[in-house]
Amino acid sequence: MNPYLIIGNGVAAAGCIEGIRSVDPDDAITVVSAEKHPVYSRPLISYYLEGKTDLNRMQYRSEDFYETNCCTVIPGQAEEIDPVAGSVRLSDGTTLPYRKLCLATGSSPFVPPMAGLDGVRKKSCFMTVDDALLLESYVTKQSDALIIGAGLIGLKCAEGLRDRANSITVCDLADHVLSSILDGDSAAIVQRHLEANGLRFRLGDSVRQFSGSVATLQSGETIPFDVLVLAVGVRANTALLRSIGGEVGRGIVVNARMETSIPDIFAAGDCTEGFEMTSGQNRVVAILPNAYRQGFAAGVNMAGGDAAFTKNIPMNSIGLFGLHIMTAGSYTGAPTEERTETTLKRFYTDAGLLKGFILVGHTERAGIYTSLIREQTPLDTIDFEAMKKIASTSYFSSDVRRKKFGGVV
Amino acid sequence: MKRVYVNEQWCLGCHLCEYYCAFANSGLSDMATALKGTRIVPRIHVEGDNSVSFAVSCRHCKDPICMQSCIAGAIYREDGVVRIRKEKCVGCLTCILVCPYGSLTPDETGIAQKCELCLQNGSGAPACVRGCPNRAIVYEEREDAV
Repeated sequence: MNPYLIIGNGVAAAGCIEGIRSVDPDDAITVVSAEKHPVYSRPLISYYLEGKTDLNRMQYRSEDFYETNCCTVIPGQAEEIDPVAGSVRLSDGTTLPYRKLCLATGSSPFVPPMAGLDGVRKKSCFMTVDDALLLESYVTKQSDALIIGAGLIGLKCAEGLRDRANSITVCDLADHVLSSILDGDSAAIVQRHLEANGLRFRLGDSVRQFSGSVATLQSGETIPFDVLVLAVGVRANTALLRSIGGEVGRGIVVNARMETSIPDIFAAGDCTEGFEMTSGQNRVVAILPNAYRQGFAAGVNMAGGDAAFTKNIPMNSIGLFGLHIMTAGSYTGAPTEERTETTLKRFYTDAGLLKGFILVGHTERAGIYTSLIREQTPLDTIDFEAMKKIASTSYFSSDVRRKKFGGVV
Repeated sequence: MKRVYVNEQWCLGCHLCEYYCAFANSGLSDMATALKGTRIVPRIHVEGDNSVSFAVSCRHCKDPICMQSCIAGAIYREDGVVRIRKEKCVGCLTCILVCPYGSLTPDETGIAQKCELCLQNGSGAPACVRGCPNRAIVYEEREDAV
């Protein structure tokens, strides 16, 4: 019997393990891992290419993490859940029974059909450390890299490859970079910075056809390349729950306790969708902080405790060639901004609350802004006009400050 | 555990705490060598204006969102003290995006830094507390706000 079974071995799984152990120090935990590596920090793969970290420092937890937490890691791929028997069958036929199950299956790259893609020899997605190692083996100082996708993954990959390759071209169907977190106006500042750092962009365009090492775009332009990176997007891995009739939207639907619609089955991390407070809707918010915090909450509840994952909002902090960009929440309501030629702070307010922000270049103490969103602080209780210029707790009332700073929080 | 607290009634806004902090974390034994002519990057900073001022440093939260959010697994807790393994940090600044107190900053190299109560830097106890001329910063056990 496996009292606790976790499918997946990423950060959500690590959170789940620590959540279980915060309540139950004893019962065995089994982790099914599709990757052969111990839990590592997936967003660090671009920093690996850049030489800012190495395989050892990328480890998310210490070497004795599984041992200390009495976890058995089983390499393999989960194929099917039997919710009646309470077991999971792996692709090699092994059946693992569970009392409580957590799906921490993450997401997979989405690769749209593109003519001639099969004929491209050196190509990779950019999701795993193995992808990074593969790219590393492909790229030389003479390489011309073509990256399909100007989102967070594609641009971090571009940064990681810049000093290793001869040239980097980034192509995206969207008409601006980072289209999932920036609008055209804020993206223009970022794109100028990226171009000044040597990246070339082909935006509002996509590949019509690959012919060996030449990509022909819809616009007709041809781009010779020798290394191709596919970073179009990702999709939540939901098949395990979907196939047994569990509620699935864009991700596995979970409540604040990280329970799925099937009893005794929890889910956490990039494979899930849950209530997002700034939109008031269920959303997939596939960010590492959520993966850990959701995993931890799931683990506590699996072990009989009572934890909720709440105040869920999208947020991102991304640095590209020294320019930091931070975003959070939803871009609804009235925008106001403070800007210079190379920096931007834009805030979206609705019904007296901060709903979202975009910060480019000026990111000092941004967490104070994030907390205004998450805590739904009425903006008429602070000096928001001053706050927009400089994030500072001095713009809260002295009562609020006493609570924040006067005791243990 | 003991934490650093500031009484804004007594804070003069003199910024001396910032200099003591930078000196204590410089690893140097002489204050002038450590600070003269350099732009200091302290782990405590004075906020406010002429009417109210107070120094802010890490609260060492019971449930640290910076630690839970760190994409590198570089932030950890040791005996209640929230600390950063600098060699693991890649400077993504997610911790700055999530800290509601504005307690983290990038250091001179772009890596995240925060107050670690001077427990490992040779000062032995918070240098900001020792250096505060008006005893506005204290290092003591508390539970609720006073």
